[in-house]
Amino acid sequence: MEKEIGRNTTPDISGTMQWPYPIEWNRTEVIDTDVLVLGGGASGCFAAMGAASKGARVVLLEKAATYSSGAMGSGCDHWEMAATNPCSRVTPEELTDAMIRGHRGYNNGISHYIECREGYDRLLDLERFRGKIRDTDDEFKGADFRDDATKFLFAYDYTNRFTLRVWGRTFKPAMYRGAKQMRVRLIDRTMAAGLLTEGGRMGARVTGAVAVNGRTGKFVVCRAKATVLCMSRPTRLWLFVPGATGISEFRPPDCTGDGHAMGWRAGVEFTMLEKSVRAEWSGLRSFPPYSTGNNHNTWYACTMVDAEGREIPWVDRDGRVLATVAERYRPAPGQRFFLKGGGEPDFPLYEFEGPETIAVEEAVKRGYKLPFFADLGAMPEIERRVIWGMMIGNEGKTRVPVLQAYTEAGFDPTRDILQSYGDGWRSGQFLPQERQFFGIPGGVVNDWNLKTNLDGLYAAGDVLFASDCVGHAAATGHYAGRHAADYASRIDMAELNPEQVESEQARLYEPLKRDHGVSWQAVNVAITRIMQNYCGAVKSDDLLSEGLRALDDLRKHEAAALYARNPHDLLRVQEVLNILTNAELVMQSCLARKASSRQLQFTRLDHPQMDPPEWHKFVTVRRQSDGVKTGALSIDYYGDLPDNYERHNADYIKESTP
Amino acid sequence: MSRPYFIPEQALVDPVTINPEICVGCNLCVYVCPADLFLPNPQKTREPIVMYPGECWFEGSCVDICPEPGAIVLNRPLASRVNWRPKSECRNYSP
Repeated sequence: MEKEIGRNTTPDISGTMQWPYPIEWNRTEVIDTDVLVLGGGASGCFAAMGAASKGARVVLLEKAATYSSGAMGSGCDHWEMAATNPCSRVTPEELTDAMIRGHRGYNNGISHYIECREGYDRLLDLERFRGKIRDTDDEFKGADFRDDATKFLFAYDYTNRFTLRVWGRTFKPAMYRGAKQMRVRLIDRTMAAGLLTEGGRMGARVTGAVAVNGRTGKFVVCRAKATVLCMSRPTRLWLFVPGATGISEFRPPDCTGDGHAMGWRAGVEFTMLEKSVRAEWSGLRSFPPYSTGNNHNTWYACTMVDAEGREIPWVDRDGRVLATVAERYRPAPGQRFFLKGGGEPDFPLYEFEGPETIAVEEAVKRGYKLPFFADLGAMPEIERRVIWGMMIGNEGKTRVPVLQAYTEAGFDPTRDILQSYGDGWRSGQFLPQERQFFGIPGGVVNDWNLKTNLDGLYAAGDVLFASDCVGHAAATGHYAGRHAADYASRIDMAELNPEQVESEQARLYEPLKRDHGVSWQAVNVAITRIMQNYCGAVKSDDLLSEGLRALDDLRKHEAAALYARNPHDLLRVQEVLNILTNAELVMQSCLARKASSRQLQFTRLDHPQMDPPEWHKFVTVRRQSDGVKTGALSIDYYGDLPDNYERHNADYIKESTP
Repeated sequence: MSRPYFIPEQALVDPVTINPEICVGCNLCVYVCPADLFLPNPQKTREPIVMYPGECWFEGSCVDICPEPGAIVLNRPLASRVNWRPKSECRNYSP
């Protein structure tokens, strides 16, 4: 077992203390810019760089520190769908088609085609700003997964080589340097909190945003010709750990889905938010991703053994046993390629199904003893070293808490086996009503400019519907930034609506009126209880309507008694109010789809038939002044992928063609 | 709005230990923390204060950026400590 590491030596503080930062909540800063980027994670940094590359003046607001913030702020170990890298044997068209069909149509054809088409360009950008994307130290020379000419390392499908293993720990600092070099004005520790619209009207052109500084309380008003939403997907709707908020969800605590909430308030259109999955890794009941023995993602394709040290068989999609480790990284006979990252993890399509160990139930039936363990020592030395070392050393939550901590506690990957706590991707056991957004969840609807339904508002990364990983965030970020800059170059700055600015300031500062009342943690717990009760594993109109009433009641009473003693608390309170708004958005999305769907993991008690053909479409929701408006988009609304891409990006294609 | 103040948070977790003998008070950990759980010490060059321990994501950015080895240590949550053992202790194991 791991040893106890250190004990708390936090300085002794008794009673209360004065706030150490200057207080500026009597100050308003007004900023004018061409393109305003909300959120400084991977998509936000690239949106800023994309807009700056077109000559726009760019301001970026980031709630934490751009240098290290966002879902991949502390690293990432691989980069999916880099179909245009020189070693790839799959085209962007084939890969996007696989992702769309793998998810039975419920996927973002536009954003994933952009990912496949431009993800590799963004890797080259990162390299320009000193991010490490190649094995320049020749640590893995001669490996099956290495191309010796480019020094690229590949993951998963070694034959087709479209997913790269990367030194992602270097990426966020590289993005920060890139944005700085391109003269983006980065404003850290400032939470974008509300969109401003023409005339203050819902559904009108977006004219900028308001924000609050989490250390000083300063109110920031940004006036922009174009705005790009680059925030995370919603979190903490069904899952919350009081006293350990930071590990309530898979994504970091600064990712709370603020973009969804401010978009919903402003009249942005959303889709697919009825889809949620049973929680996979979150909270105190589970282990952090990739910190336990498993054979997925970072750990693909690690050897697994049972409690008696016997190897669990690896099989291909036809159940053929794979005798060697090398075969786990190759398509089955006659298979064009296989998808792991980017594929559908719960019900993969046979056509793209990759190698796996036999299912846990089957293994137990055959006499293998639980629990199972990852056996790095049984892997060839070079495969072991790339997992335990390079990958674990670069993934966002494994460098310090796993590689460093386990090593210091005596873990030896050549000798020790590491226990597995869940089957497949999971690293814990959850109840059916404990849900989260994971693996292609819903979000903002986009067109071929990555524009939302509101003029002046663009979107990228996790805020988009059917988002997934860092390559998608970076590629869509740059693309949205370019198109926002194009729009900004053609249009005049709009006037701000003073009443809207004033009412936003009053709304945001309201919790400062009290220093006692209801805590944000208590309200978050109440939201998760309502979501589990009324929007859990099964849905019905009656339950959802009751749930909306419960949320409304919470907003009118307990949420109106939230208090903030300092700017830090104020941000936490605003996040929880956004989570409450997102809960309403999700319930409305569930109400709008009157049919069950296996692919959307959406079960209706009152509409039990699975996937009736007339419901095979994107159901959309948005707010209007007179209520919630539902709509629909055809499942292939984006049309022909290369044709549309080329029509919308002639200048980019011209610039990037030597 | 009253004078801003804070009260130390009661948390289930004890995410970081700072060794005041080694820490030089550079506040790089304060700079990178995604949850902003530290406050700079009012006494310059002294170790930061772990003010919001419950908000820690346990990714270790603070440890990673710290220029003084051993000045800051990440303590994983008790409930997510994992089990490993030498493979040679498995009953049917044959190397």
